[in-house]
Amino acid sequence: MNALIISAVWGVIMMFSGIVLKQKHAIRNLAVAGLILLLLANGLEMSGTMFFKVDTKGMIEFDRFALLFDSIIFASAILYLLLSARDMEKVGSNYAEYLALIFFILCGVVLVASFKSLLILFLGIEIISIPLYILTGSDKRNLKSNEASLKYLLLGAFSTGLMLMGIALIYGATGSFMNANIDVFKEPPSALLITGMTLLMFSMAFKTSVAPFHFWAPDVYDGAPVVFSSFMMTIVKGAAFIAFIRLFDEAFGSLAPKWQLWMAILTAATLFIGNITAVFQQSVKRMMAYSSIAHAGFMMLAVYAMNTDAKEGILLYIAAYCLATIGIFAVLGKMSDYTFDGFNGFAKSQPLLAATITIFLLSLAGIPLTAGFLSKFYMLKAVIDTHHNLWLVIFAVLMAAVSIYYYFRLIQAMYFKEGTVKEIHITPVFKWTMMILAAFIIILGIYPNLLLYWLYF
Amino acid sequence: MPINYYIFLSLALFAIGIVGVLIRRNAIIVFMCIEIMLNAANLLLVAFSKMHHLQQAATQASAGTDGQIFVFFIMVVAAAEVSVGLAIIVMMFRNVHSIDINFLNRLKH
Repeated sequence: MNALIISAVWGVIMMFSGIVLKQKHAIRNLAVAGLILLLLANGLEMSGTMFFKVDTKGMIEFDRFALLFDSIIFASAILYLLLSARDMEKVGSNYAEYLALIFFILCGVVLVASFKSLLILFLGIEIISIPLYILTGSDKRNLKSNEASLKYLLLGAFSTGLMLMGIALIYGATGSFMNANIDVFKEPPSALLITGMTLLMFSMAFKTSVAPFHFWAPDVYDGAPVVFSSFMMTIVKGAAFIAFIRLFDEAFGSLAPKWQLWMAILTAATLFIGNITAVFQQSVKRMMAYSSIAHAGFMMLAVYAMNTDAKEGILLYIAAYCLATIGIFAVLGKMSDYTFDGFNGFAKSQPLLAATITIFLLSLAGIPLTAGFLSKFYMLKAVIDTHHNLWLVIFAVLMAAVSIYYYFRLIQAMYFKEGTVKEIHITPVFKWTMMILAAFIIILGIYPNLLLYWLYF
Repeated sequence: MPINYYIFLSLALFAIGIVGVLIRRNAIIVFMCIEIMLNAANLLLVAFSKMHHLQQAATQASAGTDGQIFVFFIMVVAAAEVSVGLAIIVMMFRNVHSIDINFLNRLKH
């Protein structure tokens, strides 16, 4: 509850800071201070200190899983702002408003991570989506940005319609919006409930860019300004997955035999389409967009398996994926050329950045000693523990092997190809934050329990 | 009236909305079709809310009210979505002087 209220209030503060504060760096520092406050308040709530006591009638519950997820998100958001907040100045003149919208999105993320009622799920998803439509189109003169935001808006609103119809049908079948009341085992389950569940599955697949509902994702991630597509691909996607897991665990847990095969098919399709299409991309930004679909496929393994390993693993996966992608996009935001050739000879001019990007790419590809390896390992272990559909594990490993090709292509361009990179301006804070990100990824890859410990103490 | 009539009516509205989104090319009409989808869900929620109320009013006086409250939330969110959506459509119109969805295919290259 601490994080929910503070993030909403801080969003309003950020809106007014645009009027009061004139310097850009003061606004930026205020935003970082707000995020640090959020992280601390969330940490205090994990140890039992609640600033606000609000009776939500059981519609929101802040359990360990949700609180740990919120902490991961706030930590990633701090690193994201330290790295990329300067690039937001290039997007447009409404600097304080962009940061305010990011705080409102975080408010939605907190709601989505801890919902116990479908009403809160719906509100959370919308609180995340509506600011994102604005951020996607924030580069107002750029046609690509316009297209991306209109496409995102129309498809996002469409999937909201599917979700609402699903919720209405489920309400008809069970007479309640609470997860616990929906998950009452009845044999046979009513047709209304099954239809509603299917519609909810489709709409959540839309939000998490799972194939065959992924077609908006590459265009939107490619068209949006780099700073904001980084935010959408990491923090927002993580939140959507937490909502997905929570929904199908708590509300439809007893119906698992009905949806598990469908989830397996969606997972396989996502892994295949994401990885194979990423191979053919010439632009690093678009390659990362497809790689985010591929990673959505890996996170879907947790939704499919839905056991303890899956829930621990998804937190580790989101942490690993967020850290690595935020780092790569922070550098991409400074580049003028987004193609692979634009990175030729990058290691000569920026040896430190090239080394950190290499660590991020190794983590995304799932090479041992990085967080990406262990998170993929947890996902596969979770699927093996279910003892069904083991072909999915083999397929996921094959697809992970494919992903090495396009990640290593970037490493090859940086280290082994000749070329000149336009001089990019790097501040010491940027440099240190990149090193901290890389250190986090390696530490999590060796001691994942440093993170997962917080689920159980 | 039996609940089935309401279910069929709102599913018909929902189907009209989906077909409209898929075949129409004008951004504002597509947007209206999405609103039809949302309102189909609203109608269904209200109908189910009344149904649950009639079934359970004897044991629980407030049965079924949550469905009607949900409808208000949907209206608020839909209004917010429309305001952002129309702003985006206006922004696009300023740049290309058209609100044709076919314009959106330019991003795939």
